[in-house]
Amino acid sequence: MITIKGKGVSAGVAAGPLYFYQRASGSIPRYQVEDRGTEWERFKAAQAKAIEQLGVLAEKAREEAGDDAAMLFETHQMMCEDMDYEEAIQNAIADEGLNAEAAVFDSGEFQAEAFAAMEDEYFSARAADVRDISRRIIGILAGVVEGGIDSDVPVVLAADDLAPSETVQLDKSKILGFVTSGGSGSSHTAILARTMGIPAIIGAGDQLREEYAGKEVVIDGGEGVAILDADEETYAKLMKKKEELRKRQELLGQLKGKPNVTKDGHEIRIYCNIGDPKDVPPVLENDGGGIGLFRSEFLYLNCDDYPTEDYQFEAYKKVLSDMGGKEVVIRTLDIGADKMIEYFHLPEEENPALGNRALRICLNRPEIFRTQLRALYRASAYGRLSIMFPMVTAVWEVEEAKKMCEQVKAELDAEGIPYSDHVDVGIMIETPAAAVISDRLAKVVDFFSIGTNDLTQYTLACDRQNNDLGRFFNPHHPAVLRLIKLVAENAHKEGIWCGICGELGADLELTETFLSIGVDELSVSPRAVLPLRQKVRETELGAVKQKLIDELMGD
Amino acid sequence: MKSFEYTITDPVGIHARPAGILAKKAKEFAGSTVTIEKGGKAENVLKLMGVMKLGVKQGDVVTIRVEGGDEEAVAAQVEEFFKENL
Repeated sequence: MITIKGKGVSAGVAAGPLYFYQRASGSIPRYQVEDRGTEWERFKAAQAKAIEQLGVLAEKAREEAGDDAAMLFETHQMMCEDMDYEEAIQNAIADEGLNAEAAVFDSGEFQAEAFAAMEDEYFSARAADVRDISRRIIGILAGVVEGGIDSDVPVVLAADDLAPSETVQLDKSKILGFVTSGGSGSSHTAILARTMGIPAIIGAGDQLREEYAGKEVVIDGGEGVAILDADEETYAKLMKKKEELRKRQELLGQLKGKPNVTKDGHEIRIYCNIGDPKDVPPVLENDGGGIGLFRSEFLYLNCDDYPTEDYQFEAYKKVLSDMGGKEVVIRTLDIGADKMIEYFHLPEEENPALGNRALRICLNRPEIFRTQLRALYRASAYGRLSIMFPMVTAVWEVEEAKKMCEQVKAELDAEGIPYSDHVDVGIMIETPAAAVISDRLAKVVDFFSIGTNDLTQYTLACDRQNNDLGRFFNPHHPAVLRLIKLVAENAHKEGIWCGICGELGADLELTETFLSIGVDELSVSPRAVLPLRQKVRETELGAVKQKLIDELMGD
Repeated sequence: MKSFEYTITDPVGIHARPAGILAKKAKEFAGSTVTIEKGGKAENVLKLMGVMKLGVKQGDVVTIRVEGGDEEAVAAQVEEFFKENL
């Protein structure tokens, strides 16, 4: 078994024989011509033909992968006619009497090297485009007809790097995936592989050897590994992953864009939990309706000192603008208990889960809280923000936190800094105290989100970090579920919404129960969105609701 | 001569696509030479590869100059193009 490691640039798993892409020809003919005028005409004809071919490719790409893919070839058409590129060819032919193939090659290399030397990854990757158009024109001059893959069975295609025209001309039905020794994340192999949903690994370097041609290979584009002659166990593991990905893809195809609505028309919002602005793409890929919990702790955990207002502002702004107007619930700092940060210099506690944590720290150290609130309100101008406070046990805590929000808004007004007037303020319900007085809390906030992990821990007196508690730590415990029901009812009495953002939200065994209770939103990891949507769409609420409520509330 | 400055907002900078469209557009400006300058280096916008090799990135300030022809009208058109595409 040989493992080749590269950079995964397009997810997916595929298995098949490794096939090395064969280019039409190696060396470029180089000689002196007698009739320079005719040679120039020969170039002009080849250039025109290249532009025509690229036009055909553009149409093909448009059909397969959309306008953006087509634009690539349209740009190539223009590059064929670039003034500097053409002038260098003309000089080589007219002044030096060089043959057209060599003149095109030299001019292309000259431009390609200049691009390759550029620092910016995007621009240096354009060297491949120039080489590609040169190769095309030379191919036409030399009378080469570009071919596909000479194999009867589908293959995993290996190459140094594939030029865009090569990628688009490939017979897609013959390709299971790509492995290249060179390339970058912005290379065309990567872009087209992603567009077409085929796994691809790039930058394998000299690990990718021609002697491997014909060997059975399994590639995992998500992990960036290609395994040759995989042993049975590895093969089985990867095939299982392939099957899961396939199912996921199928689910996505069926459910993307569909509402989260039961057979009898009861709708629920499905949002996502994230911990970093980098997590937004999976939310959108999995069709999350918004972000129900953005844990802001990462900003603090990634820093050696208190993160500045500007640093936080940029992170919040990025998430809000990337979500394009969909609701984003950002939870204010929730440290303490299992999440400790050194520069906070929190005193050691006997019982940190019952100690100085989350909102308690924020209210005791208003300067830290103020910085975060300012960053949040400033970012609110860039999307639909909701702010959520964690670890509430009393109404006064919320009132004090809201007062700070008002102070921050007044400051921003005075400084002339814009913010949104429609920022909702809500709280996490994760202590039994908050659940029991949720009728009162509902009067002072815009929404509730139930943190089931902590709510279970505090309700059942079971430390969530203690793995030995096993059967005693039961999140399906009726005490927890009855509290959730109480919270949802109290929320609705005051006309506010109630969601769940703990692990339990994604528990498919409880989906019907949550729907019966009237939970308005479930916030789950991006991967859980579609299975949950599927579950909701399969449910006939009227048929199960009364029975589930009776079971929960009965003797 | 007519000139204006422009700050690039496109995340990739002046990449192949807008450079290509600009080069195409510039062919219609008979009698006008349009150049783009960044950090002391100027390039005719007709030269697609040359413009890309300026390596103009997001946040860079470029100076666009129009010489000859209907400078006023061409400059207005080019400026509109930058605002829409870059």
